[in-house]
Amino acid sequence: MPFIPHSQEDIASMLEVINLNNLEELFDEIPKNLRAEDFKNIPEGLTEQEISRLMLERAAQDGMDLNFIGAGAYQHHIPWAVWDIVSRGEIMTSYTPYQAEASQGNLQLIYEYQSMMASLMGLDCSNASLYDGASALAEAVLMAVRCDKNKSLENNLNGHVLVLGDLSPRYKEVLETLVTHQKIKISYLSSEQVQNLNNLKIWESLNINAVIIPQPSFLGDIQAVDDLVDWAHQENSNKKKSLVIGLVNPIAMSLLKPPGEWGNNKNLELNGVDIACGEGQSLGVPLSLGGPYFGFMCCKKNWVRQMPGRIVGRTVDLDGKEGFCLTLQAREQHIRRAKATSNICTNQGLLVAAGTIYMALMGFNGLKQVAMQCHLNALSLKNKLENLDQIKIISQGLFFHEFVIELPDFISASRVIEKMAEQNIQAGFNLGANQLLICSTEVHTPADHDRYVSALSYILQELQVERVLSQESVLC
Amino acid sequence: MLSNLIFYKSRKNFLNNNLAPNLNLNLDKNKNSNIPEEYLRKSIACLPNLSELEVVRHYTQLSQKNFSIDTHVYPLGSCTMKYNPRAAHRLASQLGFLNKHPLAHPRSCQGFLACLYELQEILMDLTGMTGVSLSPMAGAQGELAGVLMIKAYHQARGDLARTEFLIPDAAHGTNPATAAMAGFSVKEIPTNSDGDVDLEILKQSVGPKTAGIMLTNPSTLGLFERNIGKIAEIIHEAGGLLYYDGANLNAIMGKSRPGDMGFDVMHMNLHKTFATPHGGGGPGAGPVLVNDKLKPYLPIPVVDKDAHGKYFFKNKELVPGSIGKLSAFHGNAGILLRAYIYARLLGREGLKRASEIAVLNANYLMVKLEQAGYTLGFSNRRGTHEFILTIQKEHKEFNISALDIAKRLLDYGFHAPTMYFPLLIPECLLVEPTETESRRELDKFVEVMGLILKEAQEKPEFLKGAPYSLSVKRLDDVKAAKDLDIAWVDR
Repeated sequence: MPFIPHSQEDIASMLEVINLNNLEELFDEIPKNLRAEDFKNIPEGLTEQEISRLMLERAAQDGMDLNFIGAGAYQHHIPWAVWDIVSRGEIMTSYTPYQAEASQGNLQLIYEYQSMMASLMGLDCSNASLYDGASALAEAVLMAVRCDKNKSLENNLNGHVLVLGDLSPRYKEVLETLVTHQKIKISYLSSEQVQNLNNLKIWESLNINAVIIPQPSFLGDIQAVDDLVDWAHQENSNKKKSLVIGLVNPIAMSLLKPPGEWGNNKNLELNGVDIACGEGQSLGVPLSLGGPYFGFMCCKKNWVRQMPGRIVGRTVDLDGKEGFCLTLQAREQHIRRAKATSNICTNQGLLVAAGTIYMALMGFNGLKQVAMQCHLNALSLKNKLENLDQIKIISQGLFFHEFVIELPDFISASRVIEKMAEQNIQAGFNLGANQLLICSTEVHTPADHDRYVSALSYILQELQVERVLSQESVLC
Repeated sequence: MLSNLIFYKSRKNFLNNNLAPNLNLNLDKNKNSNIPEEYLRKSIACLPNLSELEVVRHYTQLSQKNFSIDTHVYPLGSCTMKYNPRAAHRLASQLGFLNKHPLAHPRSCQGFLACLYELQEILMDLTGMTGVSLSPMAGAQGELAGVLMIKAYHQARGDLARTEFLIPDAAHGTNPATAAMAGFSVKEIPTNSDGDVDLEILKQSVGPKTAGIMLTNPSTLGLFERNIGKIAEIIHEAGGLLYYDGANLNAIMGKSRPGDMGFDVMHMNLHKTFATPHGGGGPGAGPVLVNDKLKPYLPIPVVDKDAHGKYFFKNKELVPGSIGKLSAFHGNAGILLRAYIYARLLGREGLKRASEIAVLNANYLMVKLEQAGYTLGFSNRRGTHEFILTIQKEHKEFNISALDIAKRLLDYGFHAPTMYFPLLIPECLLVEPTETESRRELDKFVEVMGLILKEAQEKPEFLKGAPYSLSVKRLDDVKAAKDLDIAWVDR
């Protein structure tokens, strides 16, 4: 079923126009020895009815989970209107807005996205999005080092970036893949380490191009970001300041101080990060096993020409009427080729459309409600878990909607995760050994929390009994 | 300037009650929250306050200002704007798939993983490669993965002097940008007058510094690179590897395979060849495929099946030589699901048929447009799934440009072909009709192109003002860059 509209007569008459006898002759410039044989592993085509049956079965097989995993991707309620509009053919099946006049819908939407996102971050500018949160962070690191080098007119590529707070192990891996080829070194400090600013002293003599401050941290902690920004903004012993990258959860930024306002300086102009970035998935994009999501990136206006990715600008047409087009394209690969700010050619347009419509539907107050409900739900689940004797709560400080618990030392997190999954509960992210990172969002009800706690309590008892029995059998 | 921005429709202090999670929440004085004052946000972000209908109407009206495949023919060269089957989108949008957390236990994602595993098998058969990773999120990321694998291959052999990539001058802009991002320098290889890579210059350009070459075949000139066998020999003899840019795979499915041509690594653009929606510029999906030489370096994760037939993600421990992770999770999984559904719908015969008709459509259009008076980029060559027109003659005679023709096409209800790419053909249009357009639409396109040529001859000044019938006229992009306005601010 190749969706081809041609009748046999169409094909015959078209071949006649090109003066060929059959379709095979269309490929006569391909050398004989390079002609393909028939496919071996690709099955015969299916009818729509057959593929529907197969896919319905596979989706049913995967079932409905009660999910308590976060760790960089979060389950939120997505208003039905979001994907109903995004799925309109006029949005879904349009292309990159290179022909501006024929893409005004998408271009205005992206302009509105850039406005909302920049404002949510408390910064001046936003690009039209990047692939996902992890690759956005990698691009932010490259951008920050570029900005810093431009400032000091240094030509060498070597850079050094310091992470102030717990970072996702997955983000670390992506940074390694995408950034280290540019001779940039990355050093990591945990959230616990940076709680005491004295621990940062040893870094003050080094030339740090930029720091990354996650808020909340990977383990859910709300960090003292004002002090960290002040530290990065003070001159080090070489009379040098570092740029600051804020890696943030966009939902949380409706409740917590946004990166553009971080810092204690009386002169508000001097506060704020240089670049904010992160995962946009929370804003109206389904979990969908990890993608497609979108990465966002915002910056102060003095850095906009170093920002990677597409940017939409507002302008006028020949009649002076409001219109929108891609702008600052001189940064991009199709013009600059090997000298571009990045090799990225796409943004995640469809997901940005979802994000924009989500933000427009919720409004700032709605978003703040979602953030507060997430936070309260996580607190409430933590309180219920605290009542279980075998569980120790590791997160003692402030957290947003994720926290860490510790199981008894003879029980591995992976065992519990597996047992909970058998009951269609995704228990949390495995931090290794016997620790779990648990997330609760606004989608959970008190009954969901009770189901989690009772399932966990039952499983812990079961595992304890199992242990006792196995010890007895050893004794026998 | 009258503005249609959503921010002007907003009013203060309105909350869309239906969507708020809990109306009883007191956000200002919540005793249950333990977050101290100094951590909380005081400023307000400029998100609009509107009813659901107001938002739905605003974005529905905006959508109607777009061209799209569903509403217009989109002969955009190198972008393969074919029909995106509704079934693929709908079936991939079932809640069982959508609500699946990327780190959920594998036992609860077996259905999803089965689709990804089978997609891997299909892609390998289609391309003649022996290894695959679905994780790159777009073509450019697939390219980067490929180039990094080539780098890892040379490094593993202690072959550290290979710092240079060869790239034909006709290549996509992402190719040199990617090579640079991976830390390589770029050497451009010119194209000869027949549109093939200049073999003599290629021979002189290879050496101990050559890491590899990046090629598209059919090339961006819409021509099958006839010397590909010879090119592979030259590069391999010099110790380099061949990278295949899969942008144009829609021309050769079932006809020729990159693996058989001698390529060592390639990416596919599933949003082109496998009809996943372009979504106004993304998401894409750019799986990388390799032969045995590069298998140890594939980006993770890769989907595999254990002895009990259970699917799982292979991570770093199982692919120790991997170049690493490219995304936080598993790439654009939801898009891969759509591609899988598309591939199963078409099947082995359908995929082959798609390429046959794509090439038939392009060659038909090419002959017809030449008859209508247009100049072809390469009139003595067979077209592939796309071909080049050059407006150089009309540019000299009537002072009109490829841009003017492109903009006028919009008035007649056709999206413009790709303009000014590839860079080495002056005033060019790259036309790719795809297999899903009917003969009737192609004939209409030819007729309109004929009308525009007549307009160019009779009233060239008129073309300069096009388009006339869309929501805006030609836009001032110089002003856009000069008086930079990229975010609305509440003043």
